Amino acid sequence: MSARRFYGQGIPGVNPDDLRGKLIVIEGPDGSGRSSQIAMLTDWMEARGHAIAQMGLRRSTLVSEQLEEAKAGNILSKTTMSLFYATDFADQLENRIIPALKAGFIVLADRYIYTLMARDIVRGADPAWVESLYGVALVPDAVFYLRVRPENLVERVFQKNQQLDHWESGMDLGLDLDMFASFIKYQRRMQRLFDGMRKRYDFQAINGNRSVRAIQKELRQQIEEVVSLPDSRAP
Amino acid sequence: MVEPVSLQLPGKLIAVEGLDGSGKSTQIHLVQRWLELEGYKVFFTAWNSSVLVKKATQKGKKRLLLTPTTFCLIHSTDFADRYERQILPLLRAGYIVLCDRYCYTAFARDITRGCNPEWVQNLYSFAVKPDITFWFRVPLEVALGRILGGRQKLKYFEAGMDMRLADNERDSFAKFQSLINQQYERLSKEHNFTIMDASQPIEAQQEKMRRIIGERIDLPAFKLRAKGRKP
Repeated sequence: MSARRFYGQGIPGVNPDDLRGKLIVIEGPDGSGRSSQIAMLTDWMEARGHAIAQMGLRRSTLVSEQLEEAKAGNILSKTTMSLFYATDFADQLENRIIPALKAGFIVLADRYIYTLMARDIVRGADPAWVESLYGVALVPDAVFYLRVRPENLVERVFQKNQQLDHWESGMDLGLDLDMFASFIKYQRRMQRLFDGMRKRYDFQAINGNRSVRAIQKELRQQIEEVVSLPDSRAP
Repeated sequence: MVEPVSLQLPGKLIAVEGLDGSGKSTQIHLVQRWLELEGYKVFFTAWNSSVLVKKATQKGKKRLLLTPTTFCLIHSTDFADRYERQILPLLRAGYIVLCDRYCYTAFARDITRGCNPEWVQNLYSFAVKPDITFWFRVPLEVALGRILGGRQKLKYFEAGMDMRLADNERDSFAKFQSLINQQYERLSKEHNFTIMDASQPIEAQQEKMRRIIGERIDLPAFKLRAKGRKP
């Protein structure tokens, strides 16, 4: 494996060589089954004796409450929203991910900077600005992108929540007054951005249109290559 | 380095920068009063005052949750909120916008705290460059005397205690301010600050500011239209 590094300037005072653990990212839109896959991966890895830590968006001690408030009220403009999410990310990076990696944990990230970057760019942010902003982030050991057709996503979202989410439908972008049409258009745009980022950020695309079990099987196979599991060394 | 964008905006932006205790807030307040009383379209905004973001910042400061990176990001969020909702729309609407501290405060503090200078400047690259940035240059001892003499207790981050420069607030504050002052010296050249001698009497400083503003900004263009007047 190549040495641990940051995408850009990194975090002052943190030496990436001290971070012994592994950082594994699962990316994908709402309804792509990320959370279920992460729960199953956690069980699987803990059963094998790995210590697991998790992170996700809007989970920081520092700003998660205010972010929820902002999301509900639709009161922040785009640069403010970008920076607020970046604050949330950096807080978790410094207070959760980095300490866990130092202690040799496997960190499973339920989304990472890629969703944040794509959301900003789809709303007109300058890609170079966004890239520099997230230069604080660590390069993960692996990134899996659960790629699901927007038509399948809609079905799953309805099964789960009975309604479409304002933000996940990109209603703030004014793509379409009809929420269903807006959802499809927004998710297609996000998917195109993710496809564009795939090479640059070295994602493994996982076909998320299959069954939960089939996806889990593929994830485990791929992750085994990243994490040398103690089982393989057992007599 | 990323320079702040310059846009063609009908409004004008005036910023004041300087150490705590340099008297800049007093001076910008007097400028605001002057412009208001003369009937100009004027708006004032202070650093770190966005209502929603402030709650998070206060929590972070109270519970000492902030690192140099998150300190920088949360202040940039606060700034962006005020910028997108007030500063920029008002500049588009042809107002004179007065800012008590602008992005240079962030540059000075965050770079002092160890953030990468280019990263910090890029963060604020969405902000237009002020038409005039007054820097209130003051001997360090004078600024320290004004702050340390007048108040009982310094706050943790304000004193730069997170930087472990000293083990008590007063010594830490003095060292931190001296480092920030060095950053201001550097920024002053890089960004063409208009230098104010903050050890001069209040009235003399105010007179100078009004004169410079009058020279550089075509004030009559910013008159509020009288209410009810027929076109």
